[in-house]
Amino acid sequence: MADLNPVVSLDNVTVEYGRNRALNGVTATFGSGAVGLLGPNGAGKSTMIKALLGFIVPKQGQMRVLGLDVAASPVEVRARIGYMPENDSHIPGLTAVQFVAYCGELAGLPRADATQRAHEVLYYVGLGEARYRNVETYSTGMKQRIKLAQALVHDPDLLFLDEPTNGMDPKGRDEMLELIRDLAHNKSVNLILSSHLLPDVEYTCEQVVVMDKGRIAAAGPIDALKQPRGRVYELRVKTQGDLDGFFDHLRAAGLECHSTDDDVVRVFVPGEGGARKLFALSASAGVQVRHLRPSVPTLEDVFAHAVGEE
Amino acid sequence: MPIHDQGYRRYGGSRAGGRAWWVMFTTGVRTMLGNRRWIVLLVVSWIPFVVRAVQFYLAANFSQAQIVAPSAATFRDFFGQQDLFVFLMTITLGASAIAQDRRANALQIYLSKPLTRLEYIVGKLSVLIAFLLFVTWVPAMLLLVLQVLFAGNFTFLKANAYLFPAITLFASIEVLMVSMCMLALSSLSTNSRFVGILYTALIFFSKALAGVLFAVTRGSSFSWISFGNNLALLGDVIFRVPPQFETPWPVSLAIVLGLIGLSAVILERRVRGVEIVA
Repeated sequence: MADLNPVVSLDNVTVEYGRNRALNGVTATFGSGAVGLLGPNGAGKSTMIKALLGFIVPKQGQMRVLGLDVAASPVEVRARIGYMPENDSHIPGLTAVQFVAYCGELAGLPRADATQRAHEVLYYVGLGEARYRNVETYSTGMKQRIKLAQALVHDPDLLFLDEPTNGMDPKGRDEMLELIRDLAHNKSVNLILSSHLLPDVEYTCEQVVVMDKGRIAAAGPIDALKQPRGRVYELRVKTQGDLDGFFDHLRAAGLECHSTDDDVVRVFVPGEGGARKLFALSASAGVQVRHLRPSVPTLEDVFAHAVGEE
Repeated sequence: MPIHDQGYRRYGGSRAGGRAWWVMFTTGVRTMLGNRRWIVLLVVSWIPFVVRAVQFYLAANFSQAQIVAPSAATFRDFFGQQDLFVFLMTITLGASAIAQDRRANALQIYLSKPLTRLEYIVGKLSVLIAFLLFVTWVPAMLLLVLQVLFAGNFTFLKANAYLFPAITLFASIEVLMVSMCMLALSSLSTNSRFVGILYTALIFFSKALAGVLFAVTRGSSFSWISFGNNLALLGDVIFRVPPQFETPWPVSLAIVLGLIGLSAVILERRVRGVEIVA
């Protein structure tokens, strides 16, 4: 992602928890708009966000957010960002409108403005009718929404959303994704969406950074990453022996393959002569091809390729 | 696609930096003043003041009441009477100060806003300190003013001019020590009830231990074991009244300062946006 004015940049950032290296010399840039931060659990996504917020001091490396050095100006950075944490969090003993207004005041808004914005933002996230209820009585989905509201109340230039659809029912999830998409596309709010859910990222973001084991595995515009450097096929086969042996045979020939939830294998054939090559390899392995269909590369392929997933 | 009643607007108004601790202070005070039980406690905590005010009035206006005329010891005793209210307020307000935030994961909300960890601690501390000063320093100072008003002269004040700094110094030490200790204990747990019990146990256990050692040694040289005794001894020295214990006052001062320092170290370690389990 070669952005001349990146919203966030990390230069050789290493974060350690004791002996465990959560971020390992990460160098990355996040452009404006909506950027997805993808990765399996434990990849270092949340650690990266917490380091950018100044919660964790990296062992080495430099981070810049909105042009400001995180180490030198953490308070100035936090004044311009909103953070929606992954886990359930609120300030106890307050109603929703008190909570959100209080967060606005903490972010520097005058009391009257903070209260007015609290009402507006609560309506925006769909909690208008429940804004005088104590936050502790909220359902999981409502708690996700109020976390978004408190992150938005001071009108940040950049939003960090850490697993925003966690624990939400399908309808609530769709609504949350709509809100995120609206913020990024219609309200000019830059956001970094950390998630392990590929459809969430694909629906809301134009760019993606894929992390794995504390490193950047892939980064760039989603469309560009999905551009085929070969062909992708959906394959169903019949074999006398072990399927894993067939997969090893394909991999030895330079093909990438990974199983899907359905009884189908997605195979990436680099270069030219895709289907022909695949039939030849199947024949040489003594495997019958029962189904072969050219497919469009998805973000799942990008992700699987980046993290080396089978 | 959901339809929302109102859209999201960008904010074009003013922003002020560096006042987050003040927001925490004003919100904390406002919240407590909306609590009826707390108001009752505040009112009851001023009853000793009213009694002392009547005493001062009688002593100033009736020669027969000279036996209750105020002295430096009167002010020292007044602080002793307020100890119960200081204890109750510290338990009620302080035990939940950080423990509740930790239980609700509120620290990461606070610290994702433009405030530092120090500002967060100052914000929490300021609410407790303000209420504790309201039941110690404020009534003690008012008593001094009332004495002048009732007597109609400055004779007492001139003879005891050191009372102004003495009241301020002792109230500051007492309030700072109990507030810091309670806040540090509160940061160690997510259960405010447990914090309250722990604080009470520490106060009474140390007092009981000092009592046992007094009985065994027939002397009060081990009074420093009790948190309360150290404060009491410093109070005696500051108000220039005979000390209650044999412990040298610098020892008590060192213990009080040590407790404040230890509390600061605990708070520095516990107040973080993320809990790291390495």
